[in-house]
Amino acid sequence: MIRRLGAGLAVLWAAATASYVALLLAPGDTVDILIGDGADTPEIRAGIIAEWGLDRPEIVQYLAYLWRLLHGDLGRSYQLQRGVGEVLAGQIGPTVQLTLAAAATGVALAAVIAIGTAGRGRWPRAAASAAELVSVSVPPFLIGIVLLSVFSFTLGWFPVSGAEGPAALVLPALALGLPIAGVLGQVLRGGLERALEQPFAVTARARGLTERALVARHALRHALLPAVTMAGWFTGALLGGAVITEVLFGRPGLGQVAMQAVTSQDMPVVMAVVLLSAVVYVTISTLLDLAYRVIDPRIRS
Amino acid sequence: MTSLVTVEDLRVSFTGSDVVRGVSLSVAPGECVAIVGESGSGKSVTARALLGLAGPGSAVRAAAFRVAGRDAFAFTPADWRRLRGGFAGLVLQDALVSLDPLRTVGAEIAEVLATHDVAPRGRRAERVLELLEAVGVPDPATRAGQRPHQLSGGLRQRALIASAIAADPPLIIADEPTTALDVTVQAQILRLLAGRRAAGTALLLISHDLAVVASIADRVLVMKDGRVVEEGPTRDVLAAPAHAYTRTLLAAVPSAASRSTRLTTGEPRGRPTPDRSAQVLAGTGLTRSYGPRRVVDDVSFTLHAGETLGVVGESGSGKTTLARLALGLLEPDAGQVTLHRRPWSHRRERERRPLRPRVQLVSQNPLDSFDPRHTVGRLIAEPLRVHRDARHERVLDLLARVGLPPETAARHPRELSGGQRQRVAIARALGPRPDVLVCDEPVSALDVSIQAQVLDLLADIQTEYGTAMVFISHDLGVVHHVADRVLVMKDGRVVEEGDVAEVFARPRHPYTRTLVDSVPRPVPSPHRLDAAGAA
Amino acid sequence: MPPTSRDAVRPAVRPAGWSAVPLWWLVPGAFLAVLALAVAVPGLLAAADPLAADPVDALAPPGAAHWFGSDHLGRDVLARVVHGARHSISIGVAATGLAVTAGVLLGLAAGLSPTWLDEALARTFDVLSTLPELLLALLVVAITGPGTVNVIFAIAVAQIPTYARVIRAQTFVVRRSGYVEQAVTFGRSRLAINTGHVLPNVLGPIPVLATIGLGQAVIASSGLSFLGMGPQPPAAEWGAMLSEARNYLRVAWWEALFPGLAITLTVVCLTVVGRRLQRRFEGRTP
Repeated sequence: MIRRLGAGLAVLWAAATASYVALLLAPGDTVDILIGDGADTPEIRAGIIAEWGLDRPEIVQYLAYLWRLLHGDLGRSYQLQRGVGEVLAGQIGPTVQLTLAAAATGVALAAVIAIGTAGRGRWPRAAASAAELVSVSVPPFLIGIVLLSVFSFTLGWFPVSGAEGPAALVLPALALGLPIAGVLGQVLRGGLERALEQPFAVTARARGLTERALVARHALRHALLPAVTMAGWFTGALLGGAVITEVLFGRPGLGQVAMQAVTSQDMPVVMAVVLLSAVVYVTISTLLDLAYRVIDPRIRS
Repeated sequence: MTSLVTVEDLRVSFTGSDVVRGVSLSVAPGECVAIVGESGSGKSVTARALLGLAGPGSAVRAAAFRVAGRDAFAFTPADWRRLRGGFAGLVLQDALVSLDPLRTVGAEIAEVLATHDVAPRGRRAERVLELLEAVGVPDPATRAGQRPHQLSGGLRQRALIASAIAADPPLIIADEPTTALDVTVQAQILRLLAGRRAAGTALLLISHDLAVVASIADRVLVMKDGRVVEEGPTRDVLAAPAHAYTRTLLAAVPSAASRSTRLTTGEPRGRPTPDRSAQVLAGTGLTRSYGPRRVVDDVSFTLHAGETLGVVGESGSGKTTLARLALGLLEPDAGQVTLHRRPWSHRRERERRPLRPRVQLVSQNPLDSFDPRHTVGRLIAEPLRVHRDARHERVLDLLARVGLPPETAARHPRELSGGQRQRVAIARALGPRPDVLVCDEPVSALDVSIQAQVLDLLADIQTEYGTAMVFISHDLGVVHHVADRVLVMKDGRVVEEGDVAEVFARPRHPYTRTLVDSVPRPVPSPHRLDAAGAA
Repeated sequence: MPPTSRDAVRPAVRPAGWSAVPLWWLVPGAFLAVLALAVAVPGLLAAADPLAADPVDALAPPGAAHWFGSDHLGRDVLARVVHGARHSISIGVAATGLAVTAGVLLGLAAGLSPTWLDEALARTFDVLSTLPELLLALLVVAITGPGTVNVIFAIAVAQIPTYARVIRAQTFVVRRSGYVEQAVTFGRSRLAINTGHVLPNVLGPIPVLATIGLGQAVIASSGLSFLGMGPQPPAAEWGAMLSEARNYLRVAWWEALFPGLAITLTVVCLTVVGRRLQRRFEGRTP
């Protein structure tokens, strides 16, 4: 467990360092980069130099930067004229809503498809695997566009954009959740089918278990193992997809913030978003790691 | 009394190809019937078909198929489920994978109790412990909470048997129940099954090994290519086999008696006389640890020209590590290995390299030792130190020497059978004309008739070239057949060594004695295994 | 003594099924061939100028004049989809090429290094591959600014750790394989073993990986283009076309449909071909 925590801290440290190195590597004067498109006066420049310690040696700057991060100080956006922490805190709510809804949708759909089709003969399996293939081959924003044109423009069931009320969450969550369902569904189904071919499945059938009980009590647990090792991919798909989904559906959130920051080259905000996603990654993968230990007690001994 | 299970002219096919082609058999209450055959004979599929578990994509037909006195073709899925576990319990090979590895053995046994509702919910935990106790698992309260990987091979096989008998079925179907086990543990499990039988449970035993069933079965059916070629009382079949295939099978089993004959033909064979003055490979005081565990502990051996040194021991005894030390693939922590009385261990790899062709390896799983991209021809050519022009001819020579046609050179090992692959591995090892062949369980993965062919081939090679061999095996019969002298290993140490006939006939160390006594004998013994020894 | 194959007989549990149908090679293969043609000589497939705007003819539905219709500026959608292949595919190919090259070199370096260096490199790959690819790419674009070359670079950087990890793991497996150990017993030198066994077996699966990876790179690049980070207007690029088209979804479905189909079919075909290659490689189907 301590190893696990250490590894998590290493990831955070590496993310902080990577974004810092990116800032140093960026062509041009660091002060110019930090200001970006913000107001440029000698006073502001002096303030930046003081805050980032740009008049001191680089290693000292770097350590000072880490020190500030340790105290939860994410710096200041010179374009938005606000603290970065404040900017992110104001927008995090809708993004959390969206990603949680999408994760739940994706996991639920994947489970239903996998359990419904594993070992059920040729055609259901072929249909499921074709659906999975398409869902991983369509760019997430295209799924969103199709959903929009069918359910909003043609049928008018859901609002086109915004984040007002639960109805506005349905299409974005689906758009973000479907590709996740495709990949997870594939992994789960493969895991189920492998488990159902194992000798222990023969033994369980020979005990008089129904196929349903066999899946529920034995095979599903085995099928979950490969799925929970996909933490990295899962986080990436959610966070990366959130940026695109928010832009497409005109939803407020961290994705929009990130996009604006990238377009206007607001480095302090971009760096903070990268750090935040590393924090999310570390959290999710730690949780899934714990889940793995619960599902497979073999690795404890 | 009517029989528990009766099938007449059972046929099972998978998408058009017949795997079982007309098997008739019946098991009476309290009877022990054995089906013996090699891989692909259809014995496992036959057994599973009796439970309606022939597998996905299978078609089962029969002239008559009665289970528990009823017509099996009229069964609903629910009928089948009641019979599985309730009427017949299934015991498969290797409980490590035949019990759900993620669940405790207690939960697995309790699942049977719940499914067949044989114990009220509140009594189940208690009943699980009773069952574990009944199959000879010590400290059942602790064991019930453990998972298969935490138990020894013998204990988890007992737990698997406990789950099969939990609903007290009148029949146990045991499919290779002892195949993955060490010989001493195998003897214990066979005694346990014999004990169940003595208590009145009928037993259908599936095995590749005639010797295993000899001690316990009333009747035996010998299967080949989906058909029963011979059946009858065990004693008669073993003592006077009527069918040629049964005779071949029996003759192919290596043992003390087969030492001076060819296993495939029964003809006499010459054994090379070892030259005790010419020491080829020797180790003194070899010790090797992995972490805190001493895997090989103070082992010494000598190997002379033309001699075969057998190394026997159960899993975890350090045999394979000893092989790697002998091959110079691993450096000993203490002690040294010499080749032709010159240092072989503790040398710089650059100095050892020119000598490496002197010592070659034949391993248990040849496919792992072949580069997956290469054809047979290229594999055999790899160790050859001959000019490019002569190489192809030499490859064909070697193929011919191991009894493979020249076309094999262009094929990939994946397309070959297990026996053919092992021949390729032997051809490749012979290429550099080694002084020593280290054979690490070279026939363990093979059927007995294929094993016989490979053992005969190794014997011919030794006669022809006078190659010395280190022959590692868990199978005492095989070692007895091939070896001149033997090392008996246990927990990394040599507990006994000497002339093979001497050691096996008059073992001095208690462990060797247990080992020798545990070997099942194909000759029906006058006194059956008694039920009393079940624990 | 005749060879025996008796012990090779195994019951076929599963029907051969689709894998026997060559259609699964033919259809994706044909599509990818057309795509290659569109990249090489787009003029052959679509005569119209992809950049020629004609406001009078804007938002025309598919018909004889414009097979795929025309967009909001009156440009021919067919011509834009065909010419767009060059941008979309070349970004994917370049990014994949860059990522595979760097990933293979780093992965091999780690796999063949002494343990401590290997550990250090492996941890670095692990950490880098934890950052979501799109965010890593956005970080790169935030520094370098939008544009084709920068998108290529961004996608490549984001994918390098994945390839490096796969190659390192593969190197690890091959170096400890039975056939490498066997080659040691033949007295072959380290160099001969590395070039004769390790390299070919490590590098063998790369075409397969790259094919599947190319599909993912096409999706990633279309995503960045959709966000306005890729080739700048009026260049025809599938992701950018979709980005513009979403404002006209109500009136002109064709403006979004065809570039969307182009991306999807490309990725589906690449994935199908990649998986087939993978199976063949692993010897699961002949």
